[in-house]
Amino acid sequence: MARMKSRKSMNTGSTNGVESVQVEGLSQSKIIRTKFFRHRVAVTALVILIFVILLSFTSSGIHLGTDTNPIHIQGWWPLYITDIDPDGALASICNGGISGCPTMDLLPSFIDGSPMQLGAHPIGSDDIGVDWWALVTRGAEQSLTVMVIVGVLGITIGTTIGAVAGFFGGIVDAVLMRLTDIFLVTPTLILGAIIGQKFGNLGVVPLAVMLGFFAWMGLARFVRTEFLTLREREFVDAARVAGSSNRRIIFKHILPNAIGIIIVSGTLLLSGAILIETALSFLGFGVKAPDVSLGLLISQNQASFLVAPWLFWWPGAFIIVIALCINFIGDGLRDAFDPRQLRTIPKVKKSGRARKSLV
Amino acid sequence: MIEGIFTLFSYILRRIGMMFLILFGSSYLSYVLMAYSSDPLAAFGESTEKNKAFLIKQTIIQLQLDVPPPVRFFLWLRGVVSGLWGQLDLGVTRFGKQPVLEVMGAAIPVTFRLVIASTILAIFIGIIVGLLTAIRQYSRFDYSMTFVSFLLFSVPVFWFAVMLKIYLAVQFNDFLVDPTIPWYAIVITGLLVGFAISEMSGLTKLRYFVLLGVSAGIISGLLFLASASKWFINPTLGIVGVAALALSSGLVITQLSTGLRNRQSLIASMSTAAFVIACYYPFQALLAPSSNILAVVLMFVITIGAAILIGYSVQKIDRRINIRTAILTAIFATLPVVFDRFMQEFQGYYQSEAIHGRPIPTLGQSNDYLSEEQLNSFWISGLDAIMHLILPTIALTLISFAGYVRYSRASLLEVMNMDYIRTARAKGLNERTVIMRHALRNSMLPLTTILVNDFAGVIGGAIITETVFQWKGMGKIFKTALDTFDLNLFMGVFVLGAALTILANLVADLLFGVVDPRIRVRK
Repeated sequence: MARMKSRKSMNTGSTNGVESVQVEGLSQSKIIRTKFFRHRVAVTALVILIFVILLSFTSSGIHLGTDTNPIHIQGWWPLYITDIDPDGALASICNGGISGCPTMDLLPSFIDGSPMQLGAHPIGSDDIGVDWWALVTRGAEQSLTVMVIVGVLGITIGTTIGAVAGFFGGIVDAVLMRLTDIFLVTPTLILGAIIGQKFGNLGVVPLAVMLGFFAWMGLARFVRTEFLTLREREFVDAARVAGSSNRRIIFKHILPNAIGIIIVSGTLLLSGAILIETALSFLGFGVKAPDVSLGLLISQNQASFLVAPWLFWWPGAFIIVIALCINFIGDGLRDAFDPRQLRTIPKVKKSGRARKSLV
Repeated sequence: MIEGIFTLFSYILRRIGMMFLILFGSSYLSYVLMAYSSDPLAAFGESTEKNKAFLIKQTIIQLQLDVPPPVRFFLWLRGVVSGLWGQLDLGVTRFGKQPVLEVMGAAIPVTFRLVIASTILAIFIGIIVGLLTAIRQYSRFDYSMTFVSFLLFSVPVFWFAVMLKIYLAVQFNDFLVDPTIPWYAIVITGLLVGFAISEMSGLTKLRYFVLLGVSAGIISGLLFLASASKWFINPTLGIVGVAALALSSGLVITQLSTGLRNRQSLIASMSTAAFVIACYYPFQALLAPSSNILAVVLMFVITIGAAILIGYSVQKIDRRINIRTAILTAIFATLPVVFDRFMQEFQGYYQSEAIHGRPIPTLGQSNDYLSEEQLNSFWISGLDAIMHLILPTIALTLISFAGYVRYSRASLLEVMNMDYIRTARAKGLNERTVIMRHALRNSMLPLTTILVNDFAGVIGGAIITETVFQWKGMGKIFKTALDTFDLNLFMGVFVLGAALTILANLVADLLFGVVDPRIRVRK
């Protein structure tokens, strides 16, 4: 026994330290974490996403509470969406008299003659003189809030329904899955539009909660399939023979094994949620004025796309950056949770090293 | 055998039964949700008309508001079920009191015109790019296409559409005033396209740069010619362009389907292309200004018929393959003739009063100011429709193209790892046959699922596109129905959408069972 051990350590010691550590048993979560952080694009996306979240939440501040009893914490950006500054907007004119142009100038004076500056409205202002940066960051804050609430609710409901259907099977499965089909057949945009009509006036949180109740179907299907395969595995039989309750088997034995699929389809759900929210607001069924959201900002200024294109760059850029980051993070997570990737990466390394040693 | 058919039959019946159950459930859900979220009588609240009471009563009777929504649904359902014996009744709209069926009948073709072109293009380009990225896995081309498709996944279609309006339509229309391209733009475009082509080719070292130089030279040369001859306001392919396109598409199709080594097949496709070129002038007479869609159909029938004859007579063995190659060549060689015909109308169209020298519109589905004479001409009204389709088609294509790239890449990569691919290689087949005949066909199976889902999402997707471009299709109707709380109109669109989804899923399941013998129908 001791000889075996020493031989093993000799073997691994002679190849590579890092790999031997992996072979000798890291916890599942640590392997996944290591693999995720090795995925450079995903980590970059994560950093950018955190930066965007911090940026939008800190610059517009926190604004909660009701109309009569508001809670306002001013952010670091001096202007808020309720501050109208017509003079400041008029001061910046371009394109033959269009007011509210971006005052930002990133080129130093020896290139274009004017000094580098941010100005009062770095990315411009809208037609009545509300600062565009304040509107866009506030919109991003709202869209992110919707995204998080929809995501949390969707993942919770989807996992629950999928787990119950997959674990118990039979009639429970049939009923739950037909229910899922019914919701699935009804296009999300259509459901969202009905909900938005009813709840859009109440602010983003009720809207997000209602949207969350209709966003779980895809995830439920994935989780169910995963549970169907996992419940046939030996460790579940073992747990049952040992006298575990259904609850314990679901939460302690199956769910940790299904966490990969939940996280991966959860990220897809998040990026879908932000696009759905912006689309609904664009159509006028989501967040309503005077509140703002990224989709609403684009929709409200549609008519002026010829004269004031900056009104489109920034809300669009925020939506794209957020959705893109989430998609890349999801991609990284999928690779990290994919057991096939674990086997292939060291193999490639090994063969590369073997080739080198041959030469 | 008979037992198998019986099993399949009962399976279909069961699926259809389930389909109706789901359709029932989802329409009940939407009906009740929608009914409770609106109050059709609210509009009368502030009305000061004298006959207010009468109007309210009339509305209540017409929309059957005296019945509570959970029950009223069944009254509505009765009208839908009557459709089974040809008396479909979807009720009347809330304001105009028009039959919902009439309103929808006018809108359905509009939406399909909007969606069909972009879906076909997205599938076509998406699968080609997905295939290329899978073959050149982990190349620069693969990485950049992965990034592009992730980017397109994240772009909201309405924003993208606005950007297209600003930077494509408006700028191109401005450009047409003086359609000369500056020399540096010609060189840069040529280099970029050449670079993209050489990246896709997967060549290395000297060959890479030779290909880059040659393709950049060709592209720049073409652009220079187009710029010098003001091609953009007077576009034409002429017999030279048609011939070049016909012959090159013949070559590409032969290479892909049988390989250029297969002389008989090459002869078949080249003769077909030659036949189309020879018929260029006779076809011009066929496609006279007074002709209509029938002439186009007739032209395709002639060329495909000729292709079948050519493919049949080239060789006795392998006739099927030769005929197939010839038919594909005939289709792709005849398309340029149609394009050419539309292009001939462009100058007149461009200079007409209605266009004002801005041929790419940013809004609408057709130009309202076209004269009677222009509207009656199949070619001019067709060109007008194409011009209006350009922007929405680009927007929709790029958005759904991303999905096809990702899925076809993933599925081809998975297939390429299969044992039967190794077997195919081991028995000495060349890479083209392995990919085109063994891998590609099998990798297309899972794609049917997303294809079907895309088709089913037509109405959902059309809402946004139709709003941005102000088309009057199903999406527009649906938005109106939601804005005005028009329950019957809403349900009409909804039922059509839901039925499409379910039908598409059923078709996909059955197709899957037919195409893939591994998937057995459960007993």
